[in-house]
Amino acid sequence: MKMNGCQRVSAETTGCGDCEPGLNARVPVMLAAVLAVAACGSGSDAPQSITTVSWGGSYGRAVNEGANIPFTEETGIRIEVEDYNGGLAQIRAQVDIGEIHWDVVDLEIADAVRGCDEGLLEPIDLASLPPGADGTPAEEDFVDDGRTECGVGNLYWSTVYAYNADNIPGEKPATMADFFDLEKFPGRRGMRRVPKVNLEFALIADGVPLDQVYATMDTPAGLDRAFAKLETIKDEVIWWEAGAQPPQMLADGEVTMTTAYNGRIFNAQVLEDQPFVIVWDGQLLDVGQVGIVAGTPRLEAALQYLAFATSAESMVRIARRISYSPMRKSGMGLVTTHVVAGVEMEPHMPASPANAANALRYDWAWWVDHADELNERFSAWLAR
Amino acid sequence: MGGGPGRRGRLRGAMRVPREQLRALGLVAPLLIFIGVTFIAALATMLMRSVHDPVVADALPETVALLRGWDGERLPAEAVYETAARELSRAGEERTIGQVAGRVNRVQGGLRSVFTRTARDLEDEAPDPAAATGTPWRDALIALDTAWADPATWHAIRTTGERFTSRNYLNAVDMDRLPDGTIARQPEERRIYLRLFWRTLLVSGAITILCLLLGYPIAHLIARAPPRRAALLLVLVLVPFWTSLLVRTTSWIVLLQTQGVINDILVAIGLVSDDGRLAMIYSMTGTLIAMTHVLLPFMVLPLYSVMRGIPPQHMSAAASLGATPLQAFLRVYWPQSLPGVGAGALLVFILSIGFYITPALVGGSDGQLISNMIAYHMQTSLNWGLAGALGGILLVGVLALYMVYDRLVGVERMGLH
Amino acid sequence: MGDIAEMVSQPRQEAPPEVHVEFAGVSKSYDGRTLVVKDLDLRVRTGEFVTLLGPSGSGKTTILMMLAGFQTPTAGEIRIGGRPIQNLPPRKRGIGMVFQNYALFPHMTVGANLAFPLEVRGMGAEERRERVGRALELVRLGELSDRRPGQLSGGQQQRVAIARALVFEPSLVLMDEPLGALDRSLREEMQYEIRRIHRTLGVTIVYVTHDQQEAMVMSDRIAVLRDGVVEQIAPPEGLYEEPERAFVASFIGENNRLHGRVTGMTDRDVCEVETGGVRVRALKVAPCEPGDDVTLSIRPERVEINPEPGRYRNELDARVEDLTFLGDHLRVRLKACGRDDFIVKIPNVLGHGGLLEGDGVRIGWTASDCRALNHEGGEE
Repeated sequence: MKMNGCQRVSAETTGCGDCEPGLNARVPVMLAAVLAVAACGSGSDAPQSITTVSWGGSYGRAVNEGANIPFTEETGIRIEVEDYNGGLAQIRAQVDIGEIHWDVVDLEIADAVRGCDEGLLEPIDLASLPPGADGTPAEEDFVDDGRTECGVGNLYWSTVYAYNADNIPGEKPATMADFFDLEKFPGRRGMRRVPKVNLEFALIADGVPLDQVYATMDTPAGLDRAFAKLETIKDEVIWWEAGAQPPQMLADGEVTMTTAYNGRIFNAQVLEDQPFVIVWDGQLLDVGQVGIVAGTPRLEAALQYLAFATSAESMVRIARRISYSPMRKSGMGLVTTHVVAGVEMEPHMPASPANAANALRYDWAWWVDHADELNERFSAWLAR
Repeated sequence: MGGGPGRRGRLRGAMRVPREQLRALGLVAPLLIFIGVTFIAALATMLMRSVHDPVVADALPETVALLRGWDGERLPAEAVYETAARELSRAGEERTIGQVAGRVNRVQGGLRSVFTRTARDLEDEAPDPAAATGTPWRDALIALDTAWADPATWHAIRTTGERFTSRNYLNAVDMDRLPDGTIARQPEERRIYLRLFWRTLLVSGAITILCLLLGYPIAHLIARAPPRRAALLLVLVLVPFWTSLLVRTTSWIVLLQTQGVINDILVAIGLVSDDGRLAMIYSMTGTLIAMTHVLLPFMVLPLYSVMRGIPPQHMSAAASLGATPLQAFLRVYWPQSLPGVGAGALLVFILSIGFYITPALVGGSDGQLISNMIAYHMQTSLNWGLAGALGGILLVGVLALYMVYDRLVGVERMGLH
Repeated sequence: MGDIAEMVSQPRQEAPPEVHVEFAGVSKSYDGRTLVVKDLDLRVRTGEFVTLLGPSGSGKTTILMMLAGFQTPTAGEIRIGGRPIQNLPPRKRGIGMVFQNYALFPHMTVGANLAFPLEVRGMGAEERRERVGRALELVRLGELSDRRPGQLSGGQQQRVAIARALVFEPSLVLMDEPLGALDRSLREEMQYEIRRIHRTLGVTIVYVTHDQQEAMVMSDRIAVLRDGVVEQIAPPEGLYEEPERAFVASFIGENNRLHGRVTGMTDRDVCEVETGGVRVRALKVAPCEPGDDVTLSIRPERVEINPEPGRYRNELDARVEDLTFLGDHLRVRLKACGRDDFIVKIPNVLGHGGLLEGDGVRIGWTASDCRALNHEGGEE
């Protein structure tokens, strides 16, 4: 646990990229937050710096180069970056005690909604944000996906499945059904150890049309069907937790195919020359959100940063560093090539028309309702 | 000693003691405060949360009060609907609806969105009671969402409306309270915690035994080595302490995986074929190997500290008295090393009960332990009450273990000095 | 050895005095270069109490450990009862051993400690109890059987350790500085205790100590060791009265050591030595020729002050430097033979004739009390 200065309390982060909740964030984080807050008074002067909290890893670097550094150059407000692993636990601890030291936070959309409902996040008025690159007012420039009361959408990302071309001779997998087909493509599979995404993939592979997936999951029979489909490959699955694991398992030949975040696979393909192939079929298209912690004493600077970081220009700068699509219409066409590798980004983007054609839109509202019981059921199923 | 000097000495002592005690107290005060804040207060808070949950009772006080008189089978009276609508609307304005929705959602999946949506809709356009006859509020709510016509919804409000609740502890042992008040086991597919408790105990026990089997000879070797070599060996044992847990765990992945170092060596020397590479990781085997490595120092150190206190002469004495090496070990050495064994085993067992990073990374589908669920409820589901209950049960279990140890071996003999 | 010993050790009296323990040409080196025991030849007779006496580092403990089986000789052979035992593990040698710090097992009661050697020999419970009781009686601790070693005083622990080494009735018992941890009065008490037990049982005892007085009290014979070599082995009186080496003379009891040179022989056993400007006659112990360097050893109590003239072959002038009254004797420091640390002890019974510091006196001693030993450089 590192405490530098008065307001710095970071979870024990290990730079795991598109981090997931629950991996190495630890309970004492809360306590440390409590202590740090108790030890520091709240500064009421005009802030010279704000704290932004993000996922770290390659995504964190992209945000830093694409938004943070340009923001500081333009406004002179310094940015302290902290990494976290998602979840609302730390934000709630700060809000409960009333000593806020996080200002702007990258959120999963389900957390943005729950945090908003629970009063942990500031409501954001889209109209207050700057217009798009082509002058379109912000309210029209943002796509409809992932508009929430307290979160501003910034980037699309996908959970896809990928394989290592070197390890699959002959015919290559092309559909979601292939991922579950052990006869056609024998070998171990990697999947994230959560019910989310896996249940959807199972139903898609079982033949449920994309637009029927969540309706099917809403019925007990549909859930049974999803679990039954998962059961068919359960013995071959290696469950991962950290976003860094899937590309590693692919490279090591530990698994034949694995679900993964598309940005992770992209990085391995482009920067490490790995022969990985993403199968753009039935993948889950998700949106990232940026929100402001309710009650921050640096609200003005936080809003200033939020407006800057969710501008079309910032989104494009980030998207040229990691393959996540901008959520402003005016930004979509401006993403050209990767700043280092020089490759055309379009074929790698989760929201590009070709890739998104067979994508399933993540229904966060359904998951907000059912995460509790399904996590228990999933754990029970795993343990059996 | 009697007479003058003694009494004077005592008097002087009596005058001096309070000031010395005060100074001593002053020196340990930071520690006491630290322990008080970080440990006792945190523990008390979490245990309190596991039985005390005022969110719903504070947000919907009148509704909860009215529901006490509800029979639990038919739909509640119109007055309940009217009060609920008013209080839901207010909770929406005060932005506490999210927490209320989260609470009821744990009892009845799907209610989160019902509550948040209903509160928002009521804020936007309250139904006009004058416009309808009969049961206008009931009709209005049911029109907003059919869930309001389900007694289960009202049961969820009534259950979560109890300020002091046994719900979390019931859930922690895979039980639940039914609408009619009886306690029953959870449906088969949701029974998880007992199984995980049991597995956690088994895994911890296995790791403790493995650590003992491996650590005992190591500790003995170090205890008998000449000082310089002992220091070197101790450093080797301690090196894992100085390495990040995640790095250590990851290095086990590198070693154990199918294309990993150990498999490569086995294939290279022809012990296994290239197709027959061993699956040592992402399974219980991986969990056991990695956790045993991570926890080994906690076994070696107390053992070493106790063994160093056993004079090597004892083994010579036993031999000169006619004992075989095995007899000498069993009758003379082992009993004297027991305090170290007890301390090490207790440490390793308790630590492995609380472990979750390593099992999460190298354990397969069966690698999940109870701590992973506690972490999940702390971090993700924010169900701190259930996390507190699970932690409370673990705490009681560990304390019970400690008491058994005290009864069998005696805590004062534990080799933790 | 007294009557009791002869009575108790009846069975062994059939072929006396047989050799019980024998070291033949035994050497030991830990590092392969320096020998801590050099070519040791030593015989211990059955029922004998032999003490290995020497300063630390003289190899005495190593010899004991080789005999017990905890060290292996680098060369030579060790025999017990005529049988070579180098290849026998300690437990098969049937030797009772008392360790420096007793090595009692703290987790067992006194009774269990004593029963241990019987138990590992598979002896029945009834006989065990009987033997343990007898052994405790022998060391007069009958009532402490249920205590733990930690609850006993040092002297009591020592008795338990001895009882444990004896309880399985070994014919040979080794003791490695067993009294080192006790205070003086307890140590003396235990010395007599051990001697009593030895005489009662008639076992062979090999005892290691660096305390010459302890060795004198208990031993039948004492082997004085230095640098891995036995300097002399003899009964206590022999060592004291007839030391063959300067080292032995100085290690056992107090004595005056004078460095001199042989000037001539008066007869076969007596030589004339010049030391500190005077000529004295001394008993020739080591072979010597005129011109050889020798060390003269004279016990302080064998020197008479102001003797009748002509009574001794050695008479010379001296001056009283210092007087110390020590109760049973008077200790006089003299300037004589060219040195000022010449010590004379005058027994109190004779009175001290009104000696004063600074007095000029005559001193005298017989030639046989003045032993001419090999000169050892750097020892003065």
